[in-house]
Amino acid sequence: MRAYLDYASTTPLDERVLEEMLPWLKEEFANPTGIYSLSQRARQAVEGARERVAEFIGASPSEVVFTSSGTEACNLAIKGYALANRRQGNRIVVSAVEHMAVLEACRALEKHGFEVAVVGVDEHGCVKPEELEKAVTGETLLVVVQLASNEIGTIQNIRELAEVAHERGAAFFCDACIANGSVPVDVDALDVELLAMSAHKMYGPKGVGALYVAEGTRIEPLIHGGGQERGYRSGTENVPGIVGFGRACEIAAREMEAEGERIRRMRDRMVRRVMQEIEDVRLNGHPERRLPGNANFAIAYIEGESLVLELDFAGVSASTGSACTSPTLEPSHVLTAIGLSKAQAHGSLRVTLGRFTTEEEVEHFLEVLPGVVERLRRISPFKRGGEEYV
Amino acid sequence: MYSEILLEHFRNPRNMGRMENPDGVGKVGNPACGDVMHIYIKVGKNASGQEVIEDIKFETFGCAAAIGTSSMVTELAKGKTLEEAEKISKEDVAEAVGGLPPIKMHCSLLATKGLRKAIEDYRSRKGKGDGGEGGEDSQHSQEG
Repeated sequence: MRAYLDYASTTPLDERVLEEMLPWLKEEFANPTGIYSLSQRARQAVEGARERVAEFIGASPSEVVFTSSGTEACNLAIKGYALANRRQGNRIVVSAVEHMAVLEACRALEKHGFEVAVVGVDEHGCVKPEELEKAVTGETLLVVVQLASNEIGTIQNIRELAEVAHERGAAFFCDACIANGSVPVDVDALDVELLAMSAHKMYGPKGVGALYVAEGTRIEPLIHGGGQERGYRSGTENVPGIVGFGRACEIAAREMEAEGERIRRMRDRMVRRVMQEIEDVRLNGHPERRLPGNANFAIAYIEGESLVLELDFAGVSASTGSACTSPTLEPSHVLTAIGLSKAQAHGSLRVTLGRFTTEEEVEHFLEVLPGVVERLRRISPFKRGGEEYV
Repeated sequence: MYSEILLEHFRNPRNMGRMENPDGVGKVGNPACGDVMHIYIKVGKNASGQEVIEDIKFETFGCAAAIGTSSMVTELAKGKTLEEAEKISKEDVAEAVGGLPPIKMHCSLLATKGLRKAIEDYRSRKGKGDGGEGGEDSQHSQEG
């Protein structure tokens, strides 16, 4: 039995998405820039997909720029906005729980004279409007907060936070890569100028993302060349990827609600069982305001990499915020931002469910987890009631 | 990413567990860094009267490399004289487990440090006429 419980890392490609992509990988190979009919069909396919993606987030097609990934969309939003609007100020405010694509893009701007202020979060990972108010000074040109956390699943109140930014004359960029396809996204309701999306987090293909750029919002391109994507992103369009992304949005729009309910029920049952059956475990993230498929546990006295490896031997794919799996040997910045000690963060286990998760997979995970935890706890010098573990 | 030998030691660790009344204890690492090893030794004498590691056990909090190298260092040290055991290097441990990814080399260093600390602790207890805790090592900057 294999249980894939790492949907936050990437989702399997939906068969229906693949079906729609196939012609564009085969006979319909033309470059959408050409003027002959073969090219025009590719152009239509790209524009059709743009309409689907736009509709999915309540935007106009002309406000959607396709990119090569969610990471590129985040980079384009932050660097592109900062470079185009630097006369408005040099300060960028970001939350402490952002994805590395956001944090590192901001860090890169520091080298170019921008100042980056990081706003902390509460114990559930929520950005508090009053904290944001303190950080957003008159010099601030952009505020960046994710819609939901890929690690702990916490969903932010973006509209409220965007209001804080707008009151002070700053624009708002929302990274919705992990939230898209799990919770409804409407750019007008959120009231944001920029929003990043990724196809492979919502049953589309890898290698394609999109940035929503509200009409009237100016950004500088990062990739220059033939002027594709209205000059915002040069490079021949990834036609099959874009077509797949469009189809993935269309499926999600129809199925997200019922699917979310089913996933949430499975997740809640799973969380209850884990909390009952394992001692000294806590659920990280917000108890209710979280993505339906996300569970993130801190399991005391053991380390996450060995936990994930043991689970893999038992047929379960899950992930951890432990340092031992990161190239920097630092534990997850998200888990330390919500107040976990480094030791607790090392013992984190992220289990994420999605469209194709079955009750049997969850059951299999629940069957093997206690034994795996028990075995690693036997090896660990830290025990219940011991004092050394912090 | 890991060799078969290392994974085998991770899954079936040798000499694992806490030791009752050890002659020496070496505690190295720090939970904040994600690696903590406790090495326990019992010291006896061999036929020629040299002090040898008669029994050895470990407890480890950490990744598969930390657990696997702890297990390996106990195997390498068991039955050796204290002088021989002290000479086990991080390269010896890494080689014995079939190699380690570069980012995990600190685990083999930690394992040998734990062993040396336990031997040191045994000697200092002996010098003081036995008894007393010791072997704590809270310095971890280079150990993970």
